Amino acid sequence: MAAALAEARRTRTPATPLLTAAGLALTRDLRLAFRKRGQLIQPLVFFAIVTTLFPLAISPELSRLRDVAPGVLWVAALLSSQLALEFLFRDDASDGTLEQYALSGQSLSCLLFAKTAAHWLLTGLPLAIMAPLAGLSLGAPAAAVPGIVAAVAVGSVALSLIGATGAALTLGVKRSGALLSLLTLPLAMPVLIFGARATELAIKGEGYGPPLELLGALAVLGLTLAPLATAAGVRVNLE
Amino acid sequence: MAWTWFHRLGSPPYIYSLAGRLTPWFAWPAALLIVAGLYDGLVLAPPDYQQGDGFRILYVHVPTAYMSIMIYTTMAISAAVGLIWRIKVAHAVAASCAPIGASITFCALVTGSLWGAPMWGTYWEWDPRVTSELILLFLYFGYMGLRSAMEDMQRADRASALLAVVGIVNVPIIHYSVVWWNSLHQGPSLMRLDRPAIQVSMLVPLLMMILGFTLFFVAVLLVRLRGEVLSRERAASWIREAVTP
Repeated sequence: MAAALAEARRTRTPATPLLTAAGLALTRDLRLAFRKRGQLIQPLVFFAIVTTLFPLAISPELSRLRDVAPGVLWVAALLSSQLALEFLFRDDASDGTLEQYALSGQSLSCLLFAKTAAHWLLTGLPLAIMAPLAGLSLGAPAAAVPGIVAAVAVGSVALSLIGATGAALTLGVKRSGALLSLLTLPLAMPVLIFGARATELAIKGEGYGPPLELLGALAVLGLTLAPLATAAGVRVNLE
Repeated sequence: MAWTWFHRLGSPPYIYSLAGRLTPWFAWPAALLIVAGLYDGLVLAPPDYQQGDGFRILYVHVPTAYMSIMIYTTMAISAAVGLIWRIKVAHAVAASCAPIGASITFCALVTGSLWGAPMWGTYWEWDPRVTSELILLFLYFGYMGLRSAMEDMQRADRASALLAVVGIVNVPIIHYSVVWWNSLHQGPSLMRLDRPAIQVSMLVPLLMMILGFTLFFVAVLLVRLRGEVLSRERAASWIREAVTP
């Protein structure tokens, strides 16, 4: 396998252009996910349930909930983004799709990045649409909606990328759920900090530009480095 | 020719005997420096005019706090060396670093908390340095967890090495975001008081302790490395000669 991988990396010139191949990988993942719609909404339902737990645990008074709303939103978003991660590469590794990707001669990091993008479209983007609803129920004013959407949309890009790196590293571990959280949550803490801060400022009606820009910086750093680490992690577990 | 000494470092039997021979050269100076530093710091150094004798925990806290980062860096560098040049011994060094680093980080947190009790009036403060130290402890746990979850040694080596490299890229990001988080949430706290510049009579034992702890780490690392090499090479024939007296 290792020799075949090295051979493929050296000699094969792929017939399909890289962008087409990445687009095919992306649409394949989206199509597969839409065939199992029930699983698709599970992280969203989880997110809704977790945000419901906090008013029950703290207090139904909106004035108190408004203070904790950014933290609640982001902890819930972080946890629900963890849910689907374990299976991000699992099925494709067990049925040999990832091996085919690695042998295809295409850049593995680009193909895995396409998979990560599909994961973000299926979990991060819906979360960004759900988050303001949860925010409104926790006492956030309607004016805060654009800020919350922007923060969750940008922050979840970084979360998906960090998560993909963790999922690739734990591919060789059988039940990796808890371990995956142990690996990715510490790395996700900067995202939580800036995301919650941007949300807090948006709820207070102040300018949330700087923390949002820092979130963007984290997302760009993730876009640059995470696909390389993800591909390296998948290779380790294929060899 | 000139590089042969370097290549030999990659050979498990050589590193096994070398580590055994080097251990006392680090262990004894470490013991001497720590004993002398403790005596100097706990008995000879004058009490602080603000903190009284309470400051003396500094002689354990500062070395452990510095070493928690130093060991993570050592671990990440040797992991990267193992990953890039595929040197098994480098992976063994990284694997041996992790438990030491986690224990030292834990010591830094505990001593910091004990120091905080009389000085800040609380055992736990969400101070940026405390928080990023705690996250560092989680990073060590993640590294060790990933290693222990993988059965295949080579795969565990390479996956955990990648994680260590990803971690070292993130350590400064985590640290500065935590600093930023904290500076937004609370104003200058009690510990921001300008402390008087440290006196020479207090500094000398501190430097002795830092050097002593560093040598102690190297000594423990060498002992752990021998164990790690033994368990990795348990099928090899040279083991029988090495362990029979």
